[in-house]
Amino acid sequence: MLRLIKSLTLYELLKGMKLTFKKLFIKPVTINYPEEKAPQSPRFRGLHALRRYPNGEERCIACKLCEAACPAMAITIDSDVSEDGTRRTTRYDIDLFKCIYCGFCEEACPVDAIVETRIHEYHMEMQGENIMTKEKLLSVGDRYEEMIANDKASDASYR
Amino acid sequence: MPEIQNFTLNFGPQHPAAHGVLRLILEMDGEVILRADPHIGLLHRATEKLVETKPYNHSIGYMDRLDYVSMMCNEHGYVLAIEKLLGISPPIRAQYIRVMFDEITRILNHLMWLGAHGLDVGAMSMFLYCFREREDLMDCYEAVSGTRMHATYYRPGGVYRDLPDEMPKYLKSNYRSDKDLKKLNYNREGSLLDFIESFTEKFPSCIDEYETLLTDNRIWKQRTVNIGIVTPERAKNLGFTGPMLRGSGIAWDLRKSQPYEVYDRIDFDIPIGTNGDCYDRYLVRVEELRQSNKIIKQCIAWLKDNPGPVISDNRKVAPPQRGEMKDDMESLIHHFKVFTEGYSVPEGETYAAIEHPKGEFGVYIISDGANKPYRVKIRAPGFSHLAAMNEMVQGHMLSDVVAVIGTQDIVFGEIDR
Repeated sequence: MLRLIKSLTLYELLKGMKLTFKKLFIKPVTINYPEEKAPQSPRFRGLHALRRYPNGEERCIACKLCEAACPAMAITIDSDVSEDGTRRTTRYDIDLFKCIYCGFCEEACPVDAIVETRIHEYHMEMQGENIMTKEKLLSVGDRYEEMIANDKASDASYR
Repeated sequence: MPEIQNFTLNFGPQHPAAHGVLRLILEMDGEVILRADPHIGLLHRATEKLVETKPYNHSIGYMDRLDYVSMMCNEHGYVLAIEKLLGISPPIRAQYIRVMFDEITRILNHLMWLGAHGLDVGAMSMFLYCFREREDLMDCYEAVSGTRMHATYYRPGGVYRDLPDEMPKYLKSNYRSDKDLKKLNYNREGSLLDFIESFTEKFPSCIDEYETLLTDNRIWKQRTVNIGIVTPERAKNLGFTGPMLRGSGIAWDLRKSQPYEVYDRIDFDIPIGTNGDCYDRYLVRVEELRQSNKIIKQCIAWLKDNPGPVISDNRKVAPPQRGEMKDDMESLIHHFKVFTEGYSVPEGETYAAIEHPKGEFGVYIISDGANKPYRVKIRAPGFSHLAAMNEMVQGHMLSDVVAVIGTQDIVFGEIDR
């Protein structure tokens, strides 16, 4: 009997509609991107950067561990002896189309030179811009050094 | 008089209800389906072959991309197989973290399934509600691994990093007052574990919301009850696993029958259905959401009390901590060895399976003693479920195909591999 009444009065449909109707009056859970952004972890793995030491010297010593650790073979390195006698890269290319953003290059790097930053809003306009050359990587690193250093410091105790 | 023929209909691969790139050739008699022929292979990326060409650790990231809605579970199957061959076991804390993230992944997967299935069958708002909760879990993924989806977090011998003590917060902007901001960040003040705990507290009421919208709803019932019935015998013969098998009334769950990691220490039940139709499988999955929530709670309680290492100290397999690597010559050598050559796995073959949200996900590895696997075979649960498509939709109407695809919880990343 109760079932018949419930069935005739569309009880369960009304219950569902009540729930939906109530949601009209709550604050939206969405946020206004890009004016405000969702929380981002310091561990975030986005665009790559090459870092320098505080005295301006390049960190990268061309050990090619990142090249060996890269599952997608996105990194290409050539190395030579620089003017001051240290071992340096002459070419350091990351193909962003090949990269799968696994973070293994950062894990492998013994001198914290190659890092993945929290930058995730970037685009390419021309063919070939997907290749991050050494200059581009270093300029990203120079520009965001403070942010990168903070992120890496906050995560250092876990690694 | 013209000869009357059955109509052959192409369903997909661009159909929004085909869950990716499924192409179904449907032989129709009016609106009734006589035969369904699934064509697969449109998302084939040769993962199994790719794995053969790389050191073991390199392929962890590719496992994420198999079933791209339950990422960490795929990794789990793969690292478990490697660990079995190597004969190592991760520290107990790593095992708890893995179990916790497996269950978070199960919730992620089932929410995606519930939303998409609801959307396919006509319940638009389900999708929105499910994605609201998925967002929180995605944040957990990001906090722990650095990416929202393709985590690459599990490693042979443990997990990469311990859980963070700080949860990322919403930042100040012109669009929100300080009071609103505080409200947004209310559950982000503590550690990741606190955040997950607050999620587990609010989640049961969210499941109640989903159930209010669907469980008794007559439209939902009309679309799912008695659709795609699979008898227990047929389910076994067709090689069903996971909720598809449990929906038919067989209580089979690898977490209970052959517990891996710490599942034998955890208290949970496995729900089963009675009729084996789409509605029963829906009920089973919803109950699994509740059970996963219960498992996560138990893991949090243990993890909060028991700090410790999260990765094996076997330096031949897992690289040393960074601080150690920078000070100690031997550690540096191990670091270089692990990242260039990887590790050699003893000759042999093994099969390791886990209870993936979709069923039994197994990885079969043959090793010839090198640092790369000789052969890897992935047993994807979706594959055998899709193979039963013809049997499940025969005699049903065209619109029921969508319900059956939904209930099978198909993801093409794993079927095509």
